[in-house]
Amino acid sequence: MFVDYYKILGIDKKATPKDIKAAYRKLARKHHPDLHPNDKEAKKNFQQINEANEVLSDPEKRMKYDQYGEDWKHAGDFENAKQQQRSSPRGSRYSSAQPESDFSDFFESMFGGSGRSGRTSQVRYRGEDYNAELNLDLHDACKTHKQTLTVNGKNIRITIPAGIENGQTIKIPGHGGPGTNGGPDGDLYITFSVANLPGIRRLGDNLYATVDLDLYTAVLGGEITVDTLNGKVKLKVKPETQNGSKVKLKGKGFPAYKTETFGDFYITYSVKIPTNLTEKQKTLFTELSQS
Amino acid sequence: MQTEYLIAVDEFCTLNNVDVSFISSLKQTGLIEVTTIKEAGFIDAGQLQQLEKFIRFYYELDINLEGIETITHLLRRINNLQEEVRGLKNRLRLYEVYD
Repeated sequence: MFVDYYKILGIDKKATPKDIKAAYRKLARKHHPDLHPNDKEAKKNFQQINEANEVLSDPEKRMKYDQYGEDWKHAGDFENAKQQQRSSPRGSRYSSAQPESDFSDFFESMFGGSGRSGRTSQVRYRGEDYNAELNLDLHDACKTHKQTLTVNGKNIRITIPAGIENGQTIKIPGHGGPGTNGGPDGDLYITFSVANLPGIRRLGDNLYATVDLDLYTAVLGGEITVDTLNGKVKLKVKPETQNGSKVKLKGKGFPAYKTETFGDFYITYSVKIPTNLTEKQKTLFTELSQS
Repeated sequence: MQTEYLIAVDEFCTLNNVDVSFISSLKQTGLIEVTTIKEAGFIDAGQLQQLEKFIRFYYELDINLEGIETITHLLRRINNLQEEVRGLKNRLRLYEVYD
């Protein structure tokens, strides 16, 4: 798909190199990913701005773009014409100053995968940081376990410590993109999305659940079985337990991240009133209400 | 004993085509720490990512030191606020209804 680089930079076709530089600087300051951490939209905008500048600030690329831009599928004609005009090979290629820059299909088709002109071709750059998202549920997140991830075609086996929080990001050093000119590799950042389970919710290291209690057990007391993350737990219910009352199961909550401690499990009782009463039951309730 | 990875300031500046005075200015404003060993300056490798960011601000976006200081302060605040939002979102999940 054709990309209008002039529109991206907000300039017209007669813009001078000075205008292009000024427009690029202004937009780069607005959208640079360093100024918008974790903002995918800003990164995408910046890549477009970078690509527009890459083409329009290079006289040769700009000429090719102006001539064939909208008719880019025939841009190969430009190369043939150019080769007939010039016998000497092209000058030195620039190295990548922004290794994280991706280019659109349009750019790749017209100009190949060449990188951005940098301050110097010898500059060593740290590789791009990769971001990945991993979905877990509470069962997965409550125990330390190993998991294999595929990031950019590479399998990485990581250990996920028990107690990881929803939205928490961990850094895996050196598993990002490769460095340029011998620079160090980037890092991999994994953000965890930990889903609650139906009936069990988590806040920090504590777990919360609402348990249905029949009227008779609530009034007379008794024993019920409750599901926790570590299996079923038998629980004594005190006589005359009120609807909405809470009990705490100490240490039955979630493991705290990178410690040996556990949170608590809070249970809220929801007393259920019997329905579809028989005539006899209705009579008994009436007697009870009058006693 | 903890191992520290130090990068010589001179070597870093040569390889990255950065003025040594820029590193000195960053040190003076407290944006980075420079360790001096036998009169030579060294940067802890842990600061590399941050330092590269400052270089991009200064050389590629034409942002002066005062601007870098302000941006760094604001980015720290954004980071803290994002953490707070994450915590609040997790609290809200307590009240989500499951069918």
